Amino acid sequence: MMLSGERQAERVVMDAGDIARAVTRIAHEILERNKGVQALGLVGIRTGGVYLAHRLVKRIQEIESASVPIGELDITLYRDDLSLRKEQPILRKTSVPFDISDKIIVLVDDVLFTGRTIRAAMDGLIDLGRPAEIQLAVLVDRGHRQLPIKANYIGKNLPTAREEKVQVLLEESGEDDRVVILKP
Amino acid sequence: MSLKRKDLLSLAPLSVDEIRLLLETADSFKEVTGREIKKVPALRGRTVVNLFFEPSTRTRTSFELAAKRLSADVINFSPSSSSVVKGETLLDTARNIEAMQADIIVLRHPSAGAAETLARGVKSSVINAGDGWHEHPTQGLLDLYTIRDRGLSFEGLRVAIIGDVAHSRVARSNIHALVKLGAEVRLVGPPTMMPFGVEKLGVRVYYNFDEALRGVQVIMMLRLQLERQGIALFPTIREYARLYGLTAERVRLADPGAIVMHPGPINRGVEIAPDVADSLSSVILDQVANGVAVRMGILYLLSGAS
Repeated sequence: MMLSGERQAERVVMDAGDIARAVTRIAHEILERNKGVQALGLVGIRTGGVYLAHRLVKRIQEIESASVPIGELDITLYRDDLSLRKEQPILRKTSVPFDISDKIIVLVDDVLFTGRTIRAAMDGLIDLGRPAEIQLAVLVDRGHRQLPIKANYIGKNLPTAREEKVQVLLEESGEDDRVVILKP
Repeated sequence: MSLKRKDLLSLAPLSVDEIRLLLETADSFKEVTGREIKKVPALRGRTVVNLFFEPSTRTRTSFELAAKRLSADVINFSPSSSSVVKGETLLDTARNIEAMQADIIVLRHPSAGAAETLARGVKSSVINAGDGWHEHPTQGLLDLYTIRDRGLSFEGLRVAIIGDVAHSRVARSNIHALVKLGAEVRLVGPPTMMPFGVEKLGVRVYYNFDEALRGVQVIMMLRLQLERQGIALFPTIREYARLYGLTAERVRLADPGAIVMHPGPINRGVEIAPDVADSLSSVILDQVANGVAVRMGILYLLSGAS
């Protein structure tokens, strides 16, 4: 764990309790909107989205006593800036161990920003099959969209300046659960 | 960690981290090649040129498939059908290809060092697909990938490489990489096929096949290049097969569960008995399958903007 003194000035906008409550509410909303877990599947976008997807699945299981299949998506190969980068980013594995065709897939990511990641994720997902529906769940929506994309489930709407950085830090990557804004 | 190289010319200068990055990147593409839609848009708009001055089906097809699965455009250039027969030099041919906006050139050439020469002369990335007796780095990487895929780790791994080591670029690439990764490499073959001073690379030389096989986990056979045997490196093919051919009986001398590898094309009944090539311990076809994923990874990592 890093000490806050080592970082840029960070402002905590969600703490561990806030994150837990947001996850619980989103789990309820997913169940409500889809009338249960029938045909439901969650796919987390690496890396933060994967952790959140696992938390959501766990919560859904507690609420509904039913399991939901879960997958992990690496969107690197679908990025729209690959041909502009000098060095190619590290690839991680995509692993969606269930058939997504005719399923309602909830994509899960930590921060919704320009929307480019989600565009890439939808392309990646559709290469794996033809879902009946794709929905989007994010912990934080910080605005500044560059594509016409909207989330169905939002943990927190966070007005930000474009040059600010929003980070979702989670226990799974060795941090204390929190969402912070880093001043440039 | 990222690959900060324009070209992939040989495995000798790669760091352990670079080799690991190449293998891990191939993992992601192995998943892609297992999908129903085996194509990703990563190299959209890029052009890959296969420039092959030696006959090759396997390697060329593998590169072609890899590039196509990354959505790149692929052109196959072979000298018999080009201006090379009219006397154009390698560099001039390549510059013409480059002028047509090729991003990556995959070169197979009978002369050692051809890829290096080409890489210095063009801005495109160059991948060595075999240069003379020097190296065949993508084959080396797919061999490493196949070993790792079988759950074997390189540190302390005992590998025997058998055959015409002196004239094998596959052996050279594997030796450099395996020694670097901490494997114990044993070379086996008749003295006429063993390069002088090869021990300096950190390997042990055996002339007795049975002795070399004891305890090895990987048996890597080299193809006996029958087309090169005008230069009489051994008396008869029958004698070679008896002394250095891999039989089921010999496989039993190795570690139980040892894997048998061969870069292909195989000479059945010469360096490898048919029943061994088709046995459960043979990973020859896995090597071919993994080759596509490994080459996708290499193309991807070299495709950064210049």
